[in-house]
Amino acid sequence: MKLRCWGTRGSIPVSLTAPDVRAKIVRALQGAAGVDLRQPAAIESYVDGLGFDVAGTFGGHSSCVQIETGGKEHVILDLGTGVRPLGQYLLAQQGAGVPQTYHVFLSHLHWDHIMGLPFFTPVYIPGNRIVIHSCHPHAEFALRRQQAEPSFPVRFDYFSADISFDTVTPGQAIEVDGTRVIAHAQRHAGGSYGWRFERGGKSIVYSTDSEHRLEDEQERLGFIEFFDRADVVVFDAMYSLADAISVKADWGHSSNIVGVELCQAAKVKRLVMFHHEPVYSDTQIADILDQTRRFEEITRDGHALDVLSAWDGLELSL
Amino acid sequence: MEVSDGNVGATRVLQVRGRLDHSRAKEFEIALAPRLTACTPEGSPLVLDFSGVAYISSVGLRVLLLAARQVKAQNGRIAVAALTPIVTEVFQVSHFNLVLSVYSDVAAAVAGLDE
Repeated sequence: MKLRCWGTRGSIPVSLTAPDVRAKIVRALQGAAGVDLRQPAAIESYVDGLGFDVAGTFGGHSSCVQIETGGKEHVILDLGTGVRPLGQYLLAQQGAGVPQTYHVFLSHLHWDHIMGLPFFTPVYIPGNRIVIHSCHPHAEFALRRQQAEPSFPVRFDYFSADISFDTVTPGQAIEVDGTRVIAHAQRHAGGSYGWRFERGGKSIVYSTDSEHRLEDEQERLGFIEFFDRADVVVFDAMYSLADAISVKADWGHSSNIVGVELCQAAKVKRLVMFHHEPVYSDTQIADILDQTRRFEEITRDGHALDVLSAWDGLELSL
Repeated sequence: MEVSDGNVGATRVLQVRGRLDHSRAKEFEIALAPRLTACTPEGSPLVLDFSGVAYISSVGLRVLLLAARQVKAQNGRIAVAALTPIVTEVFQVSHFNLVLSVYSDVAAAVAGLDE
C-alpha cells in the first residue's frame, strides 16, 4: 500500500504569505555565507541540505489523504481542499476518458473535511463512480447543503458522475475492492470516525479530529486495539497536551504526546502527525516534530516508533 | 509511587517518588487529594518535590493540571520543583512548563510561593 497526503492542515486552509517566503529566503541566504554556489550542482546540494521548514513547506490544504491499496479502485480519506490537486493528479495519471471508481471515506462532516468536493474534477465526468462511505447518516445532506444556494453556484445535482452513499457501522468491518476497512468512533463535536485499512498484511489508520480523554481508560484501550501494530497511524496532533486538556478541552482534538503514547502502546511502526494548527508556521511545526521525536526517544520502551509530521505531498510506501 | 510530607517554614513540601504513568496516576491523584484541600490562603502553600520522579505520562500531567486548577479556585498556591532532566523535557514538549509554576529546586519554590 502507499499513502499520499494532499491536505494536512486543520480547521481551515492556509497559505504562505509574501513575508513568509521572504523569511525563508533570508534564512537560506544567511546560511550560504562563504559557501561556493557558482555551480548549479552546488546550489542544488546546498538547498537539499537546508531544513524542510526553510527549503519547503508543510502546506496549507485542509484534510485529504490518498491510499493506493494495490486494487483498481481509488481510496480517498476526507474531502478537504487537498482533494482538488488530488483530482488533477488522478486525471493526469489516467486521462479523463477512462471511467474510474473512487471510494471516499469521511471522518466527519465539518466544513474543512468536505469543502473540496465541488473542486474535485472527477465528479463532473460521466461514467465515473464515486462511493462516499461515512458513519454519519446525514452525509448526503451535508454535501448537498454546502452547494445549495446561496453558498455555491454549482449545485450537487450538476455532478455527472454516479455518486452513492454508504452508511457504515463503526466496529463492523467492510470489504472495499479487496481491502478490509473498519471504522472507530471518536470524540468530536457531532461525532467523528477513524478508519483502518488492511490489505496484504499491511495496515494504515486514519484518525483525525479526535479528542482523547485521559481519564477514560476504556477509551484508551479501544484506541490501542484500533491502532494495533499498524504500519502507519495518521493522528490528530493539533495542540500541545497542555492546551488540549485545558483551554482547548472539548475542542475535539489531540496532541503529539498522546499520539506517541497510544502508538507506543499499540506498537505502531510509524506515527504521522496531522491536522496542523492553522496558526503554526513551518518553523513551529518543524520544532514540534523535533520535540516529539525526542519525546519518543526518552519514553521508548524497546519498541522504536518512527515519528513524522505530515505535509502536503508526503508519500509513504509500506 | 510514594509520597511523604515535610515542611519548610509555613510551606508544606510533598516529596513524590517513582513513575507517574498510566498505572500509577490514579494512586497519585488519591494521595494528592487531601493535601490539596488544605492548600488555601488560611492553610499552607504546597510544593511538590519531583526530584524523585523518574517519569510522568500524560495522565500524570493531567493530575497536576487538575490539582493546580483546584488550588487556584481555592485562592491557594502550588508549585512543582526539582524536575529530573527527563521530566523537564516532558514538561517542555507538553507545554506544561507554561501552565504550571515550576522551580529549579524546593528552596526556590518555597521562596517563589512566599512572594
